[in-house]
Amino acid sequence: MSDIADRVKKIVVEHLGVEEDKVTENASFIDDLGADSLDTVELVMAFEEEFGIEIPDDAAETIQTFGDAVKFISDAS
Amino acid sequence: MFDLTGKAALVTGASGGIGGAIATALHGAGAVVGLSGTREAPLAELAAELGERAHVLPCDLSDMAAVEALPKRAVEAMGALDILVNNAGITRDNLFMRMSDEDWQSVIDVDLTSAFRLCRGAVRGMMKARWGRIVNITSVVGTAGNPGQANYCAAKAGLTGMSKALAQEVASRGITVNCIAPGFIATAMTDKLNDEQKGRITASIPTGRMGAPEEIASAVLYLASVEAGYVTGATLHVNGGMDMV
Repeated sequence: MSDIADRVKKIVVEHLGVEEDKVTENASFIDDLGADSLDTVELVMAFEEEFGIEIPDDAAETIQTFGDAVKFISDAS
Repeated sequence: MFDLTGKAALVTGASGGIGGAIATALHGAGAVVGLSGTREAPLAELAAELGERAHVLPCDLSDMAAVEALPKRAVEAMGALDILVNNAGITRDNLFMRMSDEDWQSVIDVDLTSAFRLCRGAVRGMMKARWGRIVNITSVVGTAGNPGQANYCAAKAGLTGMSKALAQEVASRGITVNCIAPGFIATAMTDKLNDEQKGRITASIPTGRMGAPEEIASAVLYLASVEAGYVTGATLHVNGGMDMV
């Protein structure tokens, strides 16, 4: 697994308090990992900080799963 | 009674009577305070009076870019932003039929939109910290109405509704959002009234007198405290009984 994926996973595990093996490619933050809408905002904020990137609101809305997040951040950084 | 040691508080309109009293009360409880306002001289004077733990952060709330930057400047100066008190406000009174679009818009911009932007900027850090206090200073006229102040009444009522929505969104993160609605408070502004005007005002107040800025400040101190953690989305009316809602 790439370094970016590891770092994203660490943030998701810490923030949502879920088991690491639940955070799979297609795991939806809201449907599978128990996030509420505010959690997703906080996750995006945490990604921005960790990777020093800016995630615009319309892009943030497309980040629904762990895989989405890794892909977006990989493309952006 | 309330200890704010280690907390950082930003107070807008700190150059005015009520804002100055609020900053003084929070500082007295141990908080680091950021004094914001348009006029730098009275802010510097207050900071000198308070001594340590006071930072001067001038900001023109009608300047959109300056408003956006203020929460960041506050964090840079104080290391954090745990408590935000949106106290600043302007009035541009006129009878409804004579009120210009400019008078309407400038009051909405400064009294409502700037508070929205400051809340948005401050909440980010509060969410991360899992603790925060926002106190928005509204007014008795936001619920009671007042002839000649359609713009001001609209802005203050708007601030109340905004606070309730935000309170619901961030409650699970340990952040409370409340309002204080002052009635007539004795400040430089009310000093200009003549005795007859003052008499008419006090006759409408059950306590028979105007409030003191310190009486607003102590209400802010309570809502900013750890002890008020279960109070959110509320408005505390501090008006001597003139409007019992």
